[in-house]
Amino acid sequence: MAVAALPTPTVRRTLRMTLASVFGPLGQVFVFVVGSAIVLSIGTLLIAFLLRGTRADVDLVQATLVILPQVIIDGLVRGFLFATIALGYTMVYGVLEFINFAHGEIFMVGAFAGAALGSILVSSGVLNALPVPLYVVVAVLVGMVVSGLLAVSIERVAYRPLRGAPRLVPLISAIGVSLLLQDGVRLIANLSGLGFNARFQTPNFGPPLRLAEIPVSEDRAIPLILDVRALTFIVAAILMLVALNYLVNATKLGTAIRAVAQDRPTASLMGINVNQIIALTFLIGGALGGAAGVLFGIRVGTVNPYVGFLPGLKAFTAAVLGGIGNIPGAMVGGIVLGFLEAFVASYLSLMTAGAFSGASYADIVAFSILILILIFRPSGLLGEAVSQKV
Amino acid sequence: MKKQPIFFRFAVGAALAAVLAACAQPTPTSAPQQPAEPTPTTAPAEPTPTAAPAEPTQTPAASKGKIKIATQSPLSGGQAALGVGIRNGAELGLIDMGKALEEMGFEVELAPFDDQAKPEVGAANAKNIASDPDILCVVGHLNSGVALASLPTYRDVSLAMVSPANTNPKITESGYPNAFRVVGRDDVQGAVGEEFARTEMGIKSVYIIHDKTDYGQGVAEFFRQQAEKNGIKVLGFEGTEEKANFESILTPILAANPDLIYFGGIYDQAAPFFKQARERGITAKFLGPDGLDSPELLKLAGDAVKGMYYTSVAAPVSQFPDAAKFAEDYKAKFNEDAPPFSAQAYDAMGVCIRAIKTAADKNGGNKPTREQVVQAIREGGEYKGIAGTYKFNAKGDPEKAVYFVLQVSEEDGDPAEVWNKNKVVKKLEIPAP
Repeated sequence: MAVAALPTPTVRRTLRMTLASVFGPLGQVFVFVVGSAIVLSIGTLLIAFLLRGTRADVDLVQATLVILPQVIIDGLVRGFLFATIALGYTMVYGVLEFINFAHGEIFMVGAFAGAALGSILVSSGVLNALPVPLYVVVAVLVGMVVSGLLAVSIERVAYRPLRGAPRLVPLISAIGVSLLLQDGVRLIANLSGLGFNARFQTPNFGPPLRLAEIPVSEDRAIPLILDVRALTFIVAAILMLVALNYLVNATKLGTAIRAVAQDRPTASLMGINVNQIIALTFLIGGALGGAAGVLFGIRVGTVNPYVGFLPGLKAFTAAVLGGIGNIPGAMVGGIVLGFLEAFVASYLSLMTAGAFSGASYADIVAFSILILILIFRPSGLLGEAVSQKV
Repeated sequence: MKKQPIFFRFAVGAALAAVLAACAQPTPTSAPQQPAEPTPTTAPAEPTPTAAPAEPTQTPAASKGKIKIATQSPLSGGQAALGVGIRNGAELGLIDMGKALEEMGFEVELAPFDDQAKPEVGAANAKNIASDPDILCVVGHLNSGVALASLPTYRDVSLAMVSPANTNPKITESGYPNAFRVVGRDDVQGAVGEEFARTEMGIKSVYIIHDKTDYGQGVAEFFRQQAEKNGIKVLGFEGTEEKANFESILTPILAANPDLIYFGGIYDQAAPFFKQARERGITAKFLGPDGLDSPELLKLAGDAVKGMYYTSVAAPVSQFPDAAKFAEDYKAKFNEDAPPFSAQAYDAMGVCIRAIKTAADKNGGNKPTREQVVQAIREGGEYKGIAGTYKFNAKGDPEKAVYFVLQVSEEDGDPAEVWNKNKVVKKLEIPAP
């Protein structure tokens, strides 16, 4: 096994230790995923039960139950989107204690790289001949390379010269980079013929998977659908999370990253090239963002230069929710936020008999719940465990 | 410390956006020979995006001054496909019909502004337009919400706005004496759509989605009112500003299983929505208003929208026999097929030019005031354009407007060409309410 064959010269890890350090945090994430899904489902059902009878035309409990599995899947997909972006925020914060506000735009650039790849493949006529898994791997790699390199260059140009400056200065620089990227991509997209609303062309992923049919009445059943693209997203996100955990927790490089995060001057005294490690952190965070951008593009089909702003903001929120600086925390925060949004968007309108549009008020309700969580757990769901930083 | 950055980002972002927006506009230059009411802003440089469309034919000595006609529409961003069409249509109008003014000794010029489909940008542009005394008429906007944000500024300086595309009733119902349009209204359009859905499509239940703008929500509300009145079951009414990821809206639709999804909004948002709905396995039929009337809808949504119906006040240019020459000229000059609303922009320009000429004649051949231009449009009587004949009522609506129900062509090929093959299923001429 490749995992076991990578011993470090100083500490020889057993396979078991490696697995524990990789899957330990993932276990924590898994518990939170299942836990929040159950809590939210029960809460929603309870509300439906209490409000039963307020609407003459529908049985609220039944109406809630029939779409519940679908809402959980939606929430999971949305949550993994936030989680993969949130990782970029949290890693950079862990190492530099600095919020890289341009990260949402790095995500967007990844999506555009995928759209450009799609349009090149179409014009060379090979897109539809490509097998879907191969296409996904190629597109994700392209997005990772473009966004990773972009993140490293941004760090080199816009952040490193400001490293000794007061904390607000690199922050303003990050906002500047973010606006620059939005309008720069807008310009390039318009000039290159991709257009402002760039089509994200992919090979045919086939029809969505019908997992089950949920009967509503005698003559009608609601299908439980998992889009192949959404499945791709989930699988790819999980693989990336496993790889990241392996890298950070079980390799020499990861030890160096953690050392820099804990104490930069001491790490440099121990012979760690701090600048290199920081650049590497940006590379990893950017690559994750780029991969998320491509996967997002594959799923939604159209991208525009402002598509990174909201997911970026929400992923930042997710990182804070999970405990900023904490890698499993970012994943947990992203998934909890994704669930919250999906539940509110899907059920609010049903519960209020159409008085409040779920899609319009999803953010308000989700963020109110979030504020409540932060009041009781100010350092986030998993907390800012200093020794676990990064 | 951790909360602050967000606020900073918004504040700085908004400020920068405003600055950028202001810079992106062709800043109106002051005219030394015509010092008029508002103080003109003297711009150091004039980044005119297009060459001045019509060259003055007179010698400078004979010139009686410069007359500019402004356009406002989204020239950049997600709705640029329609917005640029409006600018270009107006430009062709000025080239073809501006001669009448040049012969009287005026220099004529187009002043295009980019409102980015954002009300705040449109309102800022409106201030620039108002402060340029040479601008006597505005052709625009595309989005009703943007027009409503700009109209108070136009009214304060009595500047006429002739809209080629705004369908929200509030444009003419709010008592602006200077607001005119050459197209129909959403209260009628919503009813036309509803009647078509009920009688011809056999729809029993509908799920309504809108984009939360004055235009989209407005037309969706009118559709809903009619539907409720006439017994179509409204299963949901949801607004969203989301432009990419619609899954949490689609899940309740999947459960509600409507016969029809009505989308009150613009193509850039509707296209991914329709596409994702079909990928989700939603089989409901789609219907929408004139905001969907753009080839971009077909380009972005592909098979999902083939064969769908939409109502429009504009329709593809191929529907207007008188606009054949316009379509040719447009293709020759701008190297693409004339998009919907461009012919209406040409007509709006025609209305402006005729009014300016009438007002100038009354003014003894001198440059008229803005009030005189508004007056001339109001009293101008019938105007025969390439996309219809317009006579404005007291509110500024055309007395009779044409409403179409169209079906997206199922042919393959370049979306811009295929869109011109969209079939007119129904054409109604309805007087303004």
